[in-house]
Order: sequence, then C-alpha cells, then structure tokens
Amino acid sequence: MQAATATERLTTLEPPPESSSKTFTRAFQDIVGGLRARELWGHLGWQDIKQRYRRSVIGPLWISISMGVTALGLGILYAVLFGNDLKTFLPYVTTGFLVWGFINGCITEGMDAFISNEGLIKHLPAPLTVYALRTVWRQTLMFLHNLVVYLIIIGIFFKWLAADNYTLTGKPCGTTGAGVCHPGLSAMWLTAIPAFLLLAVTGVWVTLLLGIISTRFRDIPQVINSLIQLFFYMTPIVWSPDVLFANPGHEWAHVLFQFNPLYHYVQIMRAPMIGQVASMTSWLAVIAMTVVGSALAVVAMRNYRSRVSYWV
Amino acid sequence: MVSIDVWNASVDFPIFDAKTRSLKKQVLGKVGGKIGTETRVPIVEALHDITLSLREGDRVALVGHNGAGKSTLLRLLAGIYEPTRGAAKINGKIAPVFDLAVGMDQEISGLENIMIRGLFLGMPRKEMEKRVDDIAEFSELGDYLQMPLRTYSTGMRVRLALGIVTSIDPEILILDEGIGAVDAAFMAKARERLVDLVKRSGMLVFASHSDDLLFELCNTAIWMDEGHMKMQGTLREVLTAYKGRDPFEHMSAETLKRIGESV
Repeated sequence: MQAATATERLTTLEPPPESSSKTFTRAFQDIVGGLRARELWGHLGWQDIKQRYRRSVIGPLWISISMGVTALGLGILYAVLFGNDLKTFLPYVTTGFLVWGFINGCITEGMDAFISNEGLIKHLPAPLTVYALRTVWRQTLMFLHNLVVYLIIIGIFFKWLAADNYTLTGKPCGTTGAGVCHPGLSAMWLTAIPAFLLLAVTGVWVTLLLGIISTRFRDIPQVINSLIQLFFYMTPIVWSPDVLFANPGHEWAHVLFQFNPLYHYVQIMRAPMIGQVASMTSWLAVIAMTVVGSALAVVAMRNYRSRVSYWV
Repeated sequence: MVSIDVWNASVDFPIFDAKTRSLKKQVLGKVGGKIGTETRVPIVEALHDITLSLREGDRVALVGHNGAGKSTLLRLLAGIYEPTRGAAKINGKIAPVFDLAVGMDQEISGLENIMIRGLFLGMPRKEMEKRVDDIAEFSELGDYLQMPLRTYSTGMRVRLALGIVTSIDPEILILDEGIGAVDAAFMAKARERLVDLVKRSGMLVFASHSDDLLFELCNTAIWMDEGHMKMQGTLREVLTAYKGRDPFEHMSAETLKRIGESV
C-alpha cells in the first residue's frame, strides 16, 4: 500500500521548482550557515593543530620554536648583509615573518581547503564555508602561537623600538643613509587589531575563491606554490625598502611596491606592531581588495558552490 | 514536515583525468558523426531522470547491481550532490552513513569522532557530550572509544556510526551498504532503534545487497539500474522482480509477521 501512495504522490507532485543551485540566496545561506557552525570549525581547527603535533612531547610549542629560529637566523643574516641595526631590524624581521606566516598559510592551505577535505565533503552535507573557516581558524591559532615569539622579541628590544624617530639602520634620524625615521611604539599598536580582522576576512575569501578554482584546475596549486616563494622575496620581509632605497635618487623604487598587493597587507599589520606607520594608501588598498575579493568569492560561490562536490 | 522531492534529476560527473578522445576516435567520430561526447571533458551519467517523492514514515530500500547508481542516489537525497539537471528539495535533518573508512578521521579517537560527526550533523557540543554515554552503551565499545579509529574493526566502526546517527534524532536517515558488517545480535538491537526512529518522525533510505537486512528495515523499495529508476513498489514486489523469485516464500510465518508482511 505504501507503493500506491508513492505513485499517487508522483502524479500529484507539484510542478518542479526552478533549480536553486546557482542563486545568490544559496551562496549566502552557505556562508551564513558556515559562520553559524562556529563550534564545528572551531573544533576542527583545534583538532588540526593537535593532530599535527600528536605524539610530540612539546606539541604546538614547535610552531613557536621553528618560527623563532627562522626569524632569528634570517634576521641576523640580513642585518649583517645590509648593515642594519640588529636592535631594531630583528623585531622588524620577526614581525614580518609572523604576518607573512599567516598570509602564506591562508593562501597555500586555503587553495587546498576543499581538496584536502574531499572525504568529508563527499560524506557529510555541510556548508562549504565551514572548510574555509576551518583553514583560516587553524592559521589564526598558528598565528597566536607565533605571537609568543613576537612578544619575547618586543620585550627584549622595547627600549629601542619605543624611542622617538628610530631608524632601522641605527644611524641618527635625518643623517644621510639613515633611512626613514619611525615614530616608535605607541597606542597606535591598537590599529593592528582591525588590520588582523581585514587579513582574516581576506583569508576567508581567498580560501573560498582559490579553493574553488584549485579544485577544478589542479595546476593552479602548483602555480601558486611556485609563485609564493618569489613573492616572499619580492615583499619587504627580510629586507626593508626604507633602508635599501634610503639614498637620494631611489624614490621611484617606492612606487614599485604599490603594485604588490601582499606588501599592503603585510604593512598595515606589521607597521603598528613595531612602532612604524602604515600609509593611508596601504589601508585603502587593503580595504578595497577585501571588498572586491569578497564580492568575487560570493560570485564564485553562487556559480560553482554546487559543483565542488563533483570536482573534489 | 519531513520530505524529499526530486524532479527529473540527473547527476553527471565530469571525469577530468580520463584520457580525452584519442586521435583515432576523433577521426572515427568525424566520419561517423556520432561517436564521442559533445563536451571536451568526458562525462559519466551516474543518475538519469530521477523523479521521486518521499514522506514521513517511508522506509525505502535501494536495490540494484554494482554501479547502478545507488550510492549516488543516496548522496543526491542527502543533499551532497545537487542535481546537474532537474531539481531536488529536501526538508529535514539528515544523517547519512556512507563509506565508513573515509567519513571519519583514522588518527583520532572514537570519542573525538563522535564529537566531530555530531557537530557536522548540526548538534551543539553540549548536547553531544550528554549523548556520549548513550552511544558508548549502545555501541558496546566501552573503553575502546579512547583508542584511535584506525585500531577499530569494520564492525566496530559500523557500531560507532550507527550509535551516533541514531542518538541525535535525525529526521532523514541515509544508510549505505556496509552497515551489514555487524553481528546478528547487534543488528537486532540496531533494528529496534532504527525502526523506532523512523516511527517517531523519520524517513529511512537504505541501500544494500542483503535481503535479510532490507526485510528488517524497509517496507518499500526502488530498483536502480544503470542510473535509472527501473521499478518502484513494495519491497516484496521489487525484490521479486529484481531477483526473479519471491524472496519471502521460504520464510517462516513468525519472521513474516515480525517484519510486517503477509504471506
């Protein structure tokens, strides 16, 4: 008798609705649903960190240690190479590394977000945004671990970073070849907080957008992986433009940075953390990129969200 | 109101890593005019023109040969695949159990897996913590829940997965073959819980090759063949057509009575 009702139902079934797979409504539902599942991605992000250091004695402390060792090594090397003052240059490199670590993680792990969650995507119905947030949350937790190194370095070199008009070269402000003078650490530090929020939002849109593209075109992760190393050296992290181009006649070089999107992201976060000033251009560029990128990600979600489970 | 409606839905998989048409095929294709696909990427038509309507209380069995599209249909009903053509509308809280080796993390403990699965299925963390004891008791895993999942046998995984999905009061339960790996005693226990769950407010869709399991859990059936729905009807009708003989005829009266079928 069950079958009879089932066939009856088919004949009385209302006319099919328009497929809603490719609508903005569904894209927003996915994003909102993902954000709401805070406990889920929060748990998954923690799990990832715990998992990575499972059976190791000091566990996630390794994140801080490896970051500290790299920053210390490269900081000293480049300070000597460029003849900078270690007392201000080492905090500069360390903070740059800290920020770069987050950006790099969001890009390289973000593009793999859906590919690496293939099993879950194919076995459990959940908003795709959950996997993007899982990735960015994991990166945030790594960032917080690395923040320990930053705090130690700042503690050691506070005296020099808090000084008015300090320079990275160590030469007195205003003398030839001294480079840009920085105002020193102050309450401006607090602007690092909105800067991080912009970075995190960008992490989410980059993950969604690159994640979708990489899932469809598996060459893209390889391309990005090979470019990211190049970007690391192109972006002022282990070197500083205000030292390199301090001599007259090099002003044009500063214009070149404006075309590197990653420079602005690093700058708005790093500058307040070490008593420097990020230019208004950097802030506006980052805000513009965050808005445009988010819009792109929403469009990508609208058009290809429902295809991801077919592509992984 | 729990319901699943599907209108003329098709599921086509693009196969990106399959060799695109060879030169020989291309030439032949040009001569013959018909060989080869329209698109650049080869496509597997896993489901074709599926129309069905399921309501509260339905306990549907999916039968069919390997590769007939049973698992894909289950994923369509679970909302994991959205139809490439046609439409599907699903109302209700879904709890699927697919391939038990892939859906769970091998390296973390059973307890952690319970938590993650529960969160995925929309349960708050606190609610899930309350249910852990119930799941431990039902699955009879006890202290084993502290062990990483890779140490579990297939049967133990099924116990865990069934324990989770039945403890969270889902409205639509979707089970793929593979849950047959548990022993008879446990199956009897699970059957009670599953039937009870469907009675309360639910719907069950179950794909399996084991007639015994299907009898225990389902009343209606869909026969899948090459991505089409070949037949839909009562379990007995469909199985008789599919197997070519009445699977009920050798059963004792008590069994028939228990599964609610008349002789």
